Amino acid sequence: MRTSNRRGLFKTAEEDRNNREGLKGWLNPARYGWERVSYWLQRLTGLFLLIYFIGHIYETSSLTGGAGAWNAMLQFTETPWGHLFLILVIGTSTYHSTNGIRLIFTEAGRGLGRPGRPDYPYDALSLNYRQKSGIWIALILAAVAMFYGGNVLFGGD
Amino acid sequence: MLRERQIMRIHYITGLAALFVVAVHILMRLIMPFHMSLQYSNVIANYHNLPYVVLLESILVLLAIHGFNGLRIILLELRQNRTWENGVTISTIAAMIAIIAFGTRTIIIANGLGVV
Amino acid sequence: MSGIIKKISMLRTGSKHERSEKSLRGRSSIVLRVYRANKAVGDSAHYDTFDVPIQRWTTVLDALLYAKSYKDTSIGIRYSCRMASCGSCGMKINGIPRLACYTNVSEMESGVISCEPLTNFPLIRDLVTDFHQFFSHHKSVRPYIINQNADLRDRKELSEFIQSPRDVDEYLQSSYCIKCGLCYSACPTVATDTKFPGPQALAQAYRYSADTRDTGSREDMKAIDDKHGIWRCHFAGSCSSVCPKGVDPALGIQLLRGHMMSFSKHNKKIAELKHHSHGNQIT
Repeated sequence: MRTSNRRGLFKTAEEDRNNREGLKGWLNPARYGWERVSYWLQRLTGLFLLIYFIGHIYETSSLTGGAGAWNAMLQFTETPWGHLFLILVIGTSTYHSTNGIRLIFTEAGRGLGRPGRPDYPYDALSLNYRQKSGIWIALILAAVAMFYGGNVLFGGD
Repeated sequence: MLRERQIMRIHYITGLAALFVVAVHILMRLIMPFHMSLQYSNVIANYHNLPYVVLLESILVLLAIHGFNGLRIILLELRQNRTWENGVTISTIAAMIAIIAFGTRTIIIANGLGVV
Repeated sequence: MSGIIKKISMLRTGSKHERSEKSLRGRSSIVLRVYRANKAVGDSAHYDTFDVPIQRWTTVLDALLYAKSYKDTSIGIRYSCRMASCGSCGMKINGIPRLACYTNVSEMESGVISCEPLTNFPLIRDLVTDFHQFFSHHKSVRPYIINQNADLRDRKELSEFIQSPRDVDEYLQSSYCIKCGLCYSACPTVATDTKFPGPQALAQAYRYSADTRDTGSREDMKAIDDKHGIWRCHFAGSCSSVCPKGVDPALGIQLLRGHMMSFSKHNKKIAELKHHSHGNQIT
């Protein structure tokens, strides 16, 4: 097998990579239905939430600098843009959690149906409306949570 | 060395457990008007409450494990060679430990050892 | 519930056949865009277009073979049975992996049909790809029945396993796989992870794990319980949506994973062997 000239971290077999779809394979969710969209969103929301988590740990560490440092940090985060960002966090965390629960059940083999004898037109049993409803519910709950979060953050209470 | 199925079991358990503790953490922000809950005195009062400190520490540990394992999975799928795979595993574990240590430091200091 | 929704969607859009009829109305030809590349002779990637006359029954393979016969004989294409049994003519048709012989041009609802080689398979030439890696992954899950009790070398005594229809149903649909590679091409994990066995191989691991004639466990195999194994399936479902034979690889993978996680019962009862001596053989 030919190997590439690249060394170290990016060394890989050229033959293996030939014609692989690469990152754009999972960055384009539009071609294969709701399950692919759910996969894409679960991954993006996960990455986004990890970034937020790290930022949040850094944000709260300003507590150790006393009231002045904490209030300075609040001035930076408690802005309309900061609130919009928090609303996005609320939506993504709601979606990631709800869809994550669906995936735990699915990956445990629940809610998929039993294997049988497929008939034309061979609609896949695993891509059933229970699964699709789970995805839609996760999206709806995320929207509701964002609406509620927006009310709390911009409501002025 | 953990097997991949054991790591995935940990991934699912930490995800589910984090869901509950984060829900409590958010509810604590809503027992009073949101902007008041972020006032310095109120936040420090939270950090002096031992059950809440335990809750914060568990959020920190559970989310760090779940989040960085998720990142490890995504990165492992990107490239396949020993250097990359070992690099990804070591760096995600190191980042996980670092974030837990940094967050724990905040909790300990805010709890009263450094700030009153 | 799903039946009702299906009926409603049928009412709204009409059946696949009706839509095909509608899309063909007034159209006697299509434009075929064919991906061309032959790196061995320094030919860079480009698309050639061909006007192809069509009938109601014309498949994409028919259209390609027309172009090859009458327009450009150098088009590289692999095909054999023309009836979705051999799995040779898999390609991306309008961006989705499909069998060319199983795709009617009228289903495309477009006057332009784009044919490209399957992604995630090394390209050989034009629409022809190399299945070497794909078959290596398939072999890595030991896709055959392992049973120490049945000694097939002992030809003096023929034996058969006793299976109920329910036992057969557990794996039958997974055994319909024709190894066309459409699922492998659609999978987002395969797109970046060269060590991931892919939906086809993992569905075959389930197929033999669920077979009561098989006593060999595949759950501890490196190809499956590894950092590039079955856990890298994230149930994007693309494999099942493109499968032309109803294998539903995503279902098999999730069921196998459930067994491995001990989330679901896997109390497989191994099929009994029924022995026949040579003399009792029914001919």
